[in-house]
Amino acid sequence: MIKVLTTLINGLSLGGVYALIALGYTMVYGIAKMLNFAHGDIIMVGSYTILIFFNMIGIPLVGLIASTLISVLVCVVFGIVIERTAYRPLRGASPLAVLITAIGVSYLLQSIAQIVFGTAPRTVILNFMGTITIGALKINVATIVTLAVAIAVMAALTLFVNKTRTGRAMLAVSEDRGAAQLAGVSVNTIIAVTFAIGSALAAIAGAFTVMKTYTVEPTMGAMPGIKAFTAAVIGGIGSIPGAMAGGILLGVIETACDAVPVLSPYKIAIEFALLIIVLLIKPTGILGKKKREKV
Amino acid sequence: MSNKFTRYVSNVKSKYKLKYHITYYILIAFTLIFTVISLTGGMKRSSAFLLEQIGYSIILAVSLSLVVGFLGELSLGHAGFMCLGAYFAAYFQNALAPDFTKSLPLLSLIVAMLIGGLVAAIFGFIIGLPALRLKGDYLAIVTLAFGEIVKVIFENARAFGGAFGMKNAFRFDTDFLFIVIFLTAILTVAVVNNLIRSKHGRAITAIRDNEIAARAMGVNVSFYKITVFVLSAFLAGIGGALFAASSNSFSSKTFDYNYSINILVMVVLGGMGSINGSIIAATVITFLNVKLAATLTGNLAALKNLIYALILIGMVIYNNAPKLKDFRAKYNLRNLWSKLYAWLHKLFCKKKPVDDPAAEKADEGDWSKIPTKVEMDAILSTDLTPDTNYTPDKPDKPGKEKGGEQ
Repeated sequence: MIKVLTTLINGLSLGGVYALIALGYTMVYGIAKMLNFAHGDIIMVGSYTILIFFNMIGIPLVGLIASTLISVLVCVVFGIVIERTAYRPLRGASPLAVLITAIGVSYLLQSIAQIVFGTAPRTVILNFMGTITIGALKINVATIVTLAVAIAVMAALTLFVNKTRTGRAMLAVSEDRGAAQLAGVSVNTIIAVTFAIGSALAAIAGAFTVMKTYTVEPTMGAMPGIKAFTAAVIGGIGSIPGAMAGGILLGVIETACDAVPVLSPYKIAIEFALLIIVLLIKPTGILGKKKREKV
Repeated sequence: MSNKFTRYVSNVKSKYKLKYHITYYILIAFTLIFTVISLTGGMKRSSAFLLEQIGYSIILAVSLSLVVGFLGELSLGHAGFMCLGAYFAAYFQNALAPDFTKSLPLLSLIVAMLIGGLVAAIFGFIIGLPALRLKGDYLAIVTLAFGEIVKVIFENARAFGGAFGMKNAFRFDTDFLFIVIFLTAILTVAVVNNLIRSKHGRAITAIRDNEIAARAMGVNVSFYKITVFVLSAFLAGIGGALFAASSNSFSSKTFDYNYSINILVMVVLGGMGSINGSIIAATVITFLNVKLAATLTGNLAALKNLIYALILIGMVIYNNAPKLKDFRAKYNLRNLWSKLYAWLHKLFCKKKPVDDPAAEKADEGDWSKIPTKVEMDAILSTDLTPDTNYTPDKPDKPGKEKGGEQ
């Protein structure tokens, strides 16, 4: 029972991280209609920023918070610059071309990180938070912080999208870009804002990833990126609640697989098999909307 | 009888065009040259290995080009098919028929290639099924997931060596393997080229350019999509079997997402929808990979990837950006080439080259060259954009119309 509860809490926390990354994917897909393959590598950029500034500041808690804030800023700048230079010239081109460019950007970020920081993993000691015990239950504080912050960020994002002017403009662009433009929404600005928000979420997710693994390496963003994309697709890409649900579902499944020794080597296969099954049964995902194709 | 024969010969002669066959001549010439070098003992082991790598890269690039360049679907799991082919071929040679392999290595390799190809083709069929329901980004992600699943399963399969990888006790003779690989590559190119130039190839490119229109014209979209996936997977499986034959041991970690991307880079750099381009890009990139891996060590090894990434981004933006369309029309290789040709012609023949627009028009229905996706998009989109200089009271200047000129 205790084991199940621990697994569930760990799973929810991991799912929170996936959901944060998946939100970036799903918002960009919903608004710019493109798959941002470089999103996972933004996590890596954020993690390296945390590595540099955390070691520079030196005081554990202040250092973590300050370096996370700096990494959010750096990632926002990266997201906007990438959108400007690589994706904006291709607005209106075929989806295949945009997708290949995104893969190229992902490759570019990874190789720059390899040249600058080296291929070997670096470690950041972020284990100052310790554990908390409630009865027989023993959980890392970092896990609870991750879960709490993820929920808070998701709530804030939902409020932002539904209540503010910019948020509603984002919804309008995702619904119909042409009509939104006619109604006076500046589509380019909205897309840039979307990339900025997505990158900020990726930076926060990067901080949590570092808190879990203590290591930073150039290819660290690839796997969480692909998994978060899986989560976004399972939840229904383009839908914000869908990304949250998909991310948390995937996190719980992954921790559950980890807890069963027979399944644990196959956990990636199980997750991707789930993706294929969901896509075959309901291609739009759990909470996605169906769109009719027109000539 | 003889009359029939002469008619057949004249028919073949009238259809014969050098540009259809030049690729085969070049590939065969290279194979012959290297065979002679190898037989006289002038070939280093490392050069032979490089040739083997180039050979199976060509097979992989051409087979991926079939899906990406001609069917217009992005596949990010091509290394998965290769992995299946490699493992099953090596399993056949090492576990199922070791005596047969020892006595008749070439025959065993051919059987292993077929087995690897068939297993990959079965999985190609399975992956082709979602391709009927999904398209674009979704399909790309399904193929990516497929590649990862294959990798993980082989990593944990005891029968195939597990995490330590598959050991291949029957590495084919270095002096001869590249000949086998090159002959297979030529065969692959011939199969793909002939498919693309046939009625079926036109149906496949029609699906790429507009699926709904193709369906309306009576093209059986499901059949062609499945066929292309199966054929592409079959060829990738053969490539994998050849990869297995050229290594003493290999692990499934080789066939990761990055390997699939590497093949995709070859197809994109060569030009989507161009088989010759894929062949050239596969050769150049494999050559550079091997040579640069020797010179660039440590952290600088990533410099190679950096350059590929920059070229990839630059190339796709240059070829596809809507704003660069006029620029592209003005400065492209074909324009430069025709200018150079006209200049050379004037220099040597002192006669103007035939520049009759009517002749060009008549050639249009010939389909001797399948337009690439980029060109097709340009043709399809230009008709819809009004001219910016258009004024309603003045009639359009003749000859200023865009469209149909590509």
